[in-house]
Amino acid sequence: MARYVVSQLGRFLLLMVAVAVVTFALVSLSPVDPLQANVGQAALMSMSEEKRAALAAYWGADTPMLERFLAWAGDLLHGDLGMSLRYNAPVAEVIASRAANSLALMGVAWVASGVLGFVLGVAAALREGRLLDRFVRGYCFVLAASPTFWVGLLLLIVFSVWLGWFPLGFSVPVGVAAADVTFADALHHMALPAITLSVVGVANVALHTRAKAIDVLNSDYVRFARARGLTRREALIRHGLRNLALPAITLQFSQIAEIFGGSVLVEEVFSYPGLGQAAVTAGLGGDVALLAGIALVSAALVFAGNLAANLIYGLVDPRMRPVRRQKEVADD
Amino acid sequence: MTDAVFANQPPVLSAPRRLRLPNRRRAFALALGGALLLAAVVVAGLMAGPAAQATDFAAKSLPPSLSHPFGTDWMGRDMLLRTLAGLSTSVLVGLMAAVASSLIALALAAAAALGPRWADHAVSWLIDLMMGIPHIVLLILISYALGKGFWGVTIGVALTHWPSLARILRAEILQCASSDFVAAAARLGAGRLAISARHMVPYVLPQFVVGLVLLFPHAILHEAAITFLGFGLPPEMPAIGIILSEAMGYLSAGLWWLAVFPGLALVVCVMLFDVVGTSLRKLVDPAYAQE
Repeated sequence: MARYVVSQLGRFLLLMVAVAVVTFALVSLSPVDPLQANVGQAALMSMSEEKRAALAAYWGADTPMLERFLAWAGDLLHGDLGMSLRYNAPVAEVIASRAANSLALMGVAWVASGVLGFVLGVAAALREGRLLDRFVRGYCFVLAASPTFWVGLLLLIVFSVWLGWFPLGFSVPVGVAAADVTFADALHHMALPAITLSVVGVANVALHTRAKAIDVLNSDYVRFARARGLTRREALIRHGLRNLALPAITLQFSQIAEIFGGSVLVEEVFSYPGLGQAAVTAGLGGDVALLAGIALVSAALVFAGNLAANLIYGLVDPRMRPVRRQKEVADD
Repeated sequence: MTDAVFANQPPVLSAPRRLRLPNRRRAFALALGGALLLAAVVVAGLMAGPAAQATDFAAKSLPPSLSHPFGTDWMGRDMLLRTLAGLSTSVLVGLMAAVASSLIALALAAAAALGPRWADHAVSWLIDLMMGIPHIVLLILISYALGKGFWGVTIGVALTHWPSLARILRAEILQCASSDFVAAAARLGAGRLAISARHMVPYVLPQFVVGLVLLFPHAILHEAAITFLGFGLPPEMPAIGIILSEAMGYLSAGLWWLAVFPGLALVVCVMLFDVVGTSLRKLVDPAYAQE
């Protein structure tokens, strides 16, 4: 177990270093002039030559790349991600305040799409070749081909513009003091983005579960259960669900990168103040420190998802445990 | 037991005999038809290019009608023409990016499978790294690094989409390299180059082509997404992502057709690519031939 922890920790550190290097290199490659991005073109034009030079020195625009990288990485090791230009606050603070919104959104969508996808997959397998199965497969096929942001726009048109059930955007009502925002308000604003993200995220889990469930239904142990007099449905629920749930959960954990990508688009459509929207603002506005910070956080999130998938596999499935533990069990 | 068990199974061949088409012929027709339809869309879009920019302020913000099936926008541009022009841009960018991406995948897969051990380790580590960052974040970073615009998206999509195909190709090449017929050819004195040309290429090529076609949908969707966010193609190029992000400002005014039809057209295009890809796979890959 200790070896496993150490090796995973090593992998994580290596990944973080690599992401930091890649991010920094990409950001430094950019032809965007840091001075112009920071103060704006009009202000830059009206500045005197000395003032520009002073600013360039202040932001370290002329320091060599390696030196800048070492300074940035050194601060990073101390937990200092730098200052965000667009939000005029430390990057760590910006990320923390927005991560709460984003994680709530992604968490709800992650659970909802997983459960919905699993149920749809099992139901489709039970009625293989029938209307329900065709419907589920068609739904997954169309959804896999639909851009997330377009689905968001459609839901926005139908539910916000036509029916007026949900607000048009943001995470809290406009013009209300932060202290007066109720939990219900927050939920009301989160509903449509979360529904969009869940509806789009269903396809993978549903199709995967369907295929697995059909395998299970054709297996010997289900045939034996049927011979004992159980219906297909009972047999699947009593003997199949455990085998099906595990790959579905792991698949869902490895989908975190997809959900994060989807949340960037959905947040942009619904003007929802989360990490994704901050990443877009940072990228468009030349906010280098924030962009790098978000890249690191998203990579850590994806890594955590994959790690969780591995751990759960080991926890639930005795075959995947380290060999020594199995031997102990055998010796008992 | 037989009747009760099999009553629940769907009948094996339910369609009447005259409706049944031979599987391969059907797959071939689907692949060809889909490809021709996509080519037609691209040609139509290129021809519509100048007309799609034409403004007519006498006919602005019209809902869909017979003369403007997709409606018109706030500048009186016909949305059907704009959508066609946008689709052709999106398809062409996706095509370029997917081809470039699959070539990267092929080169890295070959290096990993046939090169020294450290190359294999390096490539699989690179794949893990690429899959460890969400695509959209990576695309934003790359397109920022390249100063946004056309090259930003194309290179960004090309650089981010190779890992899954590279994995498949690496496994294919390894399998081929360790096969009996390659060993036999080597024993018979064939050189490495001759083995590659006579045995490896025909073995891997079908997988490569199918993987390439199945990359298009992802490439096009990500191109549209990144353009929608404002990092991709410039507003002068009528891409679907641009059309949709511009439409966003007019949704609350009730101009729903600005967003619905272009998006729908994109979905249909992506599904066509998918149909072409899966049909092609049915034709060349025995494992999928019966599906």
